[in-house]
Amino acid sequence: MINFIDALMYYGFLQKALTTSIMVGVICGVIGCFIILRGMALMGDAISHAVLPGVALSYMLGINFFFGAVFTGVLTSLGIGFISQNSRIKNDVSIGIMFTAAFASGIIMITLMKSSTDLYHILFGNVLAVRPSEMWSTLLIGIFVIVCVYAFYKELLVSSFDSTMAAAYGLPTRVIHYFLMTLLTLVTVASLQTVGIVLVVAMLITPAAAAYLLTNRLWVMLYLSAGIGVLSSILGLYFSYTYNLASGAAIVLAATVLFILAFVFSPKKGLVWRAIKNIRKREMLSR
Amino acid sequence: MKTAIAVKELYVSYFGSEALKNVSFTVEEGKLVGIIGPNGAGKSTLLKALLNLIQKEKGEVAILGKTIKEMRTKVAYVPQRSSIDWDFPITVFDTVLLGTYPKLGVFKRPKKIDKAFAYECLEKVGMTEFRNRQIGELSGGQQQRVFLARALAQEPEIYLLDEPFVGVDVTSEETIILILKQLRDLGKTVVVVHHDLRKAKEYFNELILLNKELIDFGVVEKVIQPEVLEKAYNIQFSPLTNLEAKA
Repeated sequence: MINFIDALMYYGFLQKALTTSIMVGVICGVIGCFIILRGMALMGDAISHAVLPGVALSYMLGINFFFGAVFTGVLTSLGIGFISQNSRIKNDVSIGIMFTAAFASGIIMITLMKSSTDLYHILFGNVLAVRPSEMWSTLLIGIFVIVCVYAFYKELLVSSFDSTMAAAYGLPTRVIHYFLMTLLTLVTVASLQTVGIVLVVAMLITPAAAAYLLTNRLWVMLYLSAGIGVLSSILGLYFSYTYNLASGAAIVLAATVLFILAFVFSPKKGLVWRAIKNIRKREMLSR
Repeated sequence: MKTAIAVKELYVSYFGSEALKNVSFTVEEGKLVGIIGPNGAGKSTLLKALLNLIQKEKGEVAILGKTIKEMRTKVAYVPQRSSIDWDFPITVFDTVLLGTYPKLGVFKRPKKIDKAFAYECLEKVGMTEFRNRQIGELSGGQQQRVFLARALAQEPEIYLLDEPFVGVDVTSEETIILILKQLRDLGKTVVVVHHDLRKAKEYFNELILLNKELIDFGVVEKVIQPEVLEKAYNIQFSPLTNLEAKA
């Protein structure tokens, strides 16, 4: 641990890696809460994969990959909505069709570019190689996402909890859905370097799911989820640096361990507490 | 007496099959009205069409003489209990506080005065002691009372309730109907989708009897006659009766 802190003081790349992954922990944690509460975990996975062709396209055109990613991410979510609304095909099937198609075309585009190292980094992330420009764009995206969630907290809450009421009093629920999809795409782009496309979904849903088990209030859940995301990032980066493990995978596994802790020890909802309650009840009855 | 809800030649269909056909009626202000009819008669669909939550094929709906879009904040909707995610991380009090949102507008947070009002609404349904519970920890009747409190917090002119008495204990049902009657006496209009014919006479002033088409509409005593009800309910059983006749 002391070695890690020493290295942190000494190496610029490690400082950048830590800052970036902490920011990713926060924004994934926050957006993830809305993703799981709206039952859109699969959608989160889909959008993160759908970003790939956009990134490839941006490389080809020589523009910031941010634009291409948002473009194909939003396009895919529109396509998913279009198919499930205009046919009898269910939403999860429509998601499966669209995102694999987007992902496959992304892979082909990148192989045409003949740079398989880039593909590996995009898919699995490499936070230790993060560049200052990428760190800053992560920060900007992070600020934008947090400000949006803060500003529209009320609308996000009511439309996630009771979309019928939201629509009945005149909220544009469909606009809110696509707005959230856009935020999700941004978060995915910001997380590319840290955990990569394939594992982003874990950072979105695992900390949020752990937080979900720990509280009955949405705003508390948002803070907890962000906190768990940050803790996962720090722990993951520590193990990644110390034992030379893939950074994205280490961060995701750290989040999984935290989730398991919440699952087992959560007050009221955890396994341990429920077991204790059952034993007490049985004792009461047998007396 | 002013007209609260006016529906003219309303048609609604889902994926090609007709859910509502040529439905017309008007509800005056200050009435407690029940919508009754067999399963699949389009009762919930009618409420949703009033709120413009589903596409109308044809027809007009006027709320207090204007379109629903202009009158959205004057109408409160209490959904069927089965349509709510009861595991959502939200407390009883915060659920009622949602009722103050329509008046607040974007970017504004509920203030002390809104919270005090939400508390008052929770008091009316007798649920203040449960205010910090998560909504899933309540019984069905208590959940329904909380959602009625949320509607009260919206301070609407018109209340639309979808099956509020399903899976509800006797005390809660009595509390709810008492509040609905009080609202009516204050001049509010209350429309309730209901499936239990026995209590209809006690509860409502007027009935809308529906089976895809409007079978009858008027004061309870007129609609609740066996020969009128048969027209709505017999349609559902007619294949069976035919079979018996043949045998």
